[in-house]
Amino acid sequence: MIQIRDISTIELDINGEKRKVTVRAADTLLHTLREQLGLTGAKAGCENGDCGACTVLVDGWPIKSCLMLAVEAVGHSVTTIEGLKNAPTQKAFFENWGFQCGYCTSGFIMNCHALATIHPGADDDTIADWLQSNICRCTSYEEIANAVKQVLKKDI
Amino acid sequence: MKIVGKTVPRKEGLDKVTGAAKYNDDIREPVAIVVADTEYQAQQAAYLINVEYEPLPVVRTPSQAIEEGAPLIHENLGHYGKEIDDVYPVPGTNIADHTKIRKGNMDKGWEESDVVVEGEYFMPKSDHIAMETRNVRVKIDPTGKVRVYSSTQSPHAIKAELALAFNLDEGDIIVTAPLVGGGFGGKAPVNLEFIAYIASRAVGGRLVRLANTREEDIATSPTKIGIEAKIKLGATKDGILKAAELRYLVDAGAYSDTAPRMAKTMASNGTGPYNIENVWCDSICLYTNNTYSTSFRGFGNIAHTFCMERTLDKLAKALNMSPFELRLKNAIGPGHTSATQVKITRSSVGDLEKCLHRLNELIDMERSLRVEEAKDKIIAKGMSCFWKTSASNTDAISGAILTFNKDGSINLICGVMEIGSGVKTGLAQILAERMNMEVDKIHVQMEVNTESSPKHWKTVASMSTFMAGRAVLAAADDAIRQLKDIGAMVMRVDPSQLEVGGQKVYMKSDPDNYVQFKDIVHGFKHQGGGNAVGGQIIGKGTYIMENLTILDLDTGKGRMGPAWTVGVQAVEVEYNTKEHTYKLLKAATVLDAGRVINPQAAKGVVMGGMSMGLSLGSREAFIYGRDGGILNSSLRTYKVMRFGEHPDYLVEFIETPAQNGPYGARGFGEHGILGMPAALANALSRATGLELDQVPINPELIWKMKTEALS
Amino acid sequence: MIPFDFEYYRPDSISQAVDLFMSLTRQAKKPMYYGGGTEIISMARANNIYTGGVIDIKGIPECNKFGYEGTDLVIGAATTLTKISDSNLFPMLGITVARIADHTIQGKITLGGNITGTIMYREASLPLLIADCRLSIAGPGGTREALLSQVFDRRIRLEEGEFITHFIIDSHITSLPFFHRKATKIDKIDYPLITVVALKKDNRILVGFSGLCDFPFRSLEMEDSLNQPGISKKDRIQNAMAYIPAPIVEDIHGSAMYRRFVLENILSDALEL
Ligand code: FES
Ligand code: FES
Repeated sequence: MIQIRDISTIELDINGEKRKVTVRAADTLLHTLREQLGLTGAKAGCENGDCGACTVLVDGWPIKSCLMLAVEAVGHSVTTIEGLKNAPTQKAFFENWGFQCGYCTSGFIMNCHALATIHPGADDDTIADWLQSNICRCTSYEEIANAVKQVLKKDI
Repeated sequence: MKIVGKTVPRKEGLDKVTGAAKYNDDIREPVAIVVADTEYQAQQAAYLINVEYEPLPVVRTPSQAIEEGAPLIHENLGHYGKEIDDVYPVPGTNIADHTKIRKGNMDKGWEESDVVVEGEYFMPKSDHIAMETRNVRVKIDPTGKVRVYSSTQSPHAIKAELALAFNLDEGDIIVTAPLVGGGFGGKAPVNLEFIAYIASRAVGGRLVRLANTREEDIATSPTKIGIEAKIKLGATKDGILKAAELRYLVDAGAYSDTAPRMAKTMASNGTGPYNIENVWCDSICLYTNNTYSTSFRGFGNIAHTFCMERTLDKLAKALNMSPFELRLKNAIGPGHTSATQVKITRSSVGDLEKCLHRLNELIDMERSLRVEEAKDKIIAKGMSCFWKTSASNTDAISGAILTFNKDGSINLICGVMEIGSGVKTGLAQILAERMNMEVDKIHVQMEVNTESSPKHWKTVASMSTFMAGRAVLAAADDAIRQLKDIGAMVMRVDPSQLEVGGQKVYMKSDPDNYVQFKDIVHGFKHQGGGNAVGGQIIGKGTYIMENLTILDLDTGKGRMGPAWTVGVQAVEVEYNTKEHTYKLLKAATVLDAGRVINPQAAKGVVMGGMSMGLSLGSREAFIYGRDGGILNSSLRTYKVMRFGEHPDYLVEFIETPAQNGPYGARGFGEHGILGMPAALANALSRATGLELDQVPINPELIWKMKTEALS
Repeated sequence: MIPFDFEYYRPDSISQAVDLFMSLTRQAKKPMYYGGGTEIISMARANNIYTGGVIDIKGIPECNKFGYEGTDLVIGAATTLTKISDSNLFPMLGITVARIADHTIQGKITLGGNITGTIMYREASLPLLIADCRLSIAGPGGTREALLSQVFDRRIRLEEGEFITHFIIDSHITSLPFFHRKATKIDKIDYPLITVVALKKDNRILVGFSGLCDFPFRSLEMEDSLNQPGISKKDRIQNAMAYIPAPIVEDIHGSAMYRRFVLENILSDALEL
């Protein structure tokens, strides 16, 4: 049984590394990534599951890290945008101007990266279904759609 | 843990922070600060504070605020002693400012009009929803230096306003501002910085971090204005506009901030880009108990565009003329004058007619405006022209500094914030163009620091490329002059014989005869002896707004901005007659950019504005509960457009240079939003057969109006 | 940021979970069973709920069942909505849950969590109600099986310390024709204005509603009206509307009158089943 009572040290698997962190049980994964581990790529846009800026991958699936406790991640592998190195999705967002202020971008990229990995042949409906989980206030989404299409044409 | 705030008197006059509003029943006003080591401890402590409010009558709308006998929001209005320049509150009322436009002769205008149409309009207050909520860190060094780290569009304004509010020396305040996660005007005012400063001061200057939750950002930080308006237009039977009577009531919320300036903008630009000889406008800015308003992308121009363009469609209908033709006939151009009696030139206004014709090629606005595509399905189109000039202070300034690296590359330093538009890339391009060198050899300081970055007024008003671009050009010229001087010494020729390009100074007559930047920018060291000449090259350039005037109090005569940017937009919708739902099919913009500096960036920023405009038109508004609180203060209930709801975007540019812009460029960072709510409402009005004179337009509104029309 | 502290446990078995619940209760910790946790985290952040200890059921094998057992389709309470919709084992449920919140969150929300939550929609309960789903419930008194309809009255009503381990669905239901429609104010990603799920079984239409009243429900009276032979569709709908079991919701998503209008339209389509 996994349990933590007080402020405790847990071990998380982040971007392929085992990292020991001290958390409250009530700490979200987002908070732990940003404040404890210095991984600020995941952003807080709402802390309520609504915007997707905090999206990371847990066992390869997109998860809103503001709606996951850090301790829930014990025993799972977490990937943040810092763990993507020259992923095609990053390149595609860069080339297609899939961002303006960039605040939503890591969340979008993580979601899109997972989509391309899990459904490399995703149709437009599936793309929309997945990417509707994230909000971008700067772009028109068309740029992001172009980036996604570029990625899906390629192998991940 | 400390509870502070009571003992620190807030400076009167800066009414965005004083809490001078008598009706402080608002749950949306910060009343106490808790400082703690961790966020959750601060939260726990904050829950221990009980605030007792005495409910007072609430003024919710500008029309309530202007009523005789309305409760006064500011009993001391006009007596704070620090009124904002060019804003004239009326003591004993809720009027924060009243701008009048009196142009031509209204009697004559109505007389010459064969057709007169009228309309009443409403646009609600809504939120910026930058994805990064407002946040700030402040610490006070033992030496008294105040260090502010802020997500802001106005680092230099923070410095000035903190100094004013707390009697500090400006030089003791250092504001550092990194990349900004979206602003849209919402991060132009100084807001949390005041509170964070007080908090840091209360704990001995320790670093205090204050970050809005999304809910706080929506409900307590400044918002977009709301308006109520009445428009009356007269035209000849050929569709020539003869008279316009415009009345705008602008909801400033509890404090002034920039709402009076926006009300002024609505007056001065209120006719839209049309030639109208007789104009009468009253634009009245009013205090209400709502969260205070501040600049929002478009700076009031969305509002008058919506009202005017809806009325034009009514006029077109009355004249039995295509909406396209009506707009084309009245398009403003050289020889006309604006409502504030500024003479219009090709340079100052660009070419709306060209924009209109190009748009018509993208989306035919003369034919098939409403097509019954299938049972229950109608496809309809709507359009809107727009224009906007900046409404800065008449003495707004910008500046740029260029330093050089030993490898001959350049560092570009200026006070413009990168809030998403790619402005700093554009400035680098302008510099590269003038220096005739590769843009990747130009390094741009992204983080602004008020200690070392020259002042740029504010990153607002779509003026950054224009103002900072001019400063960058001046700085480039300054550096070029120095480079040539050193080059001349080294090459033993007169500077006039030299040219700069490819990071070299070379002989005009023989480009193979050159000296490289890298050998001269930090001084030139002679071979052999090692003695040196020249010294370090530092280019500087500044810009100050030219020829702007405040508006005459009685007639509104005056020039608010350096040049207009005009354009036209259209929206195509698919309307379901059974369910009253609709889909956005296409949205188009053609605007006269003067000169496009970076096409991809330009297109992106216009499309982003269009997306936001469609979002305003279809879904964004604060919903107030009975007690006046905002009911939709989270992103779960305050909705913005999401992926997949977007139409196909068509964006094109016309390029009629503005003589005073850098390489002819005009500002257009905000403009994509301006006509979108109007074009959408025009399309949906055409589709439904209703007069949809308010936004947001959702299926329930259409259903309700349809139902009312039937009974 | 959740402003209070709680303990976290991820037990490996039903008995561990129940024992924990009892001991935390004795310590006055107000324990909560925890599935996907999305609602607990967001409500806790807003200080709308309090708990001193959460018991995460995601480590319990029974709660992770997913597949056929004989002629029964068994779905563990900790199964995520994404898993359900991706598998397509029960399309009516899959399509319904694929419209709850958004795709990313569907990977965190569990079936048990959605059905036992406090937010008024709980749309996943609609297909299960009309499919006459059975539940396996664990608690201090051991495990028991019950019909969902027996423990569901506006919300799930369990005894203190009980939790659902898995849902059991008669497999022949999964291939029957069905209807699903979620209408929202305007956005696709939003709470429902109204969600209707309908199933055609033995030539009878069975219907569940969410968003109409402030709880999800299936109404046998409404079904009787909707299935009444010999009268027009319009009249059947009007008759059914008379049996809506509580006031129609009136809130920021839509007025009660507008919800009526939307409902009529949806029912008219549903009756085409
Ligand atoms: S911060 Fe997690 S969804 Fe917005
Ligand atoms: S780029 Fe700014 S929110 Fe998406």
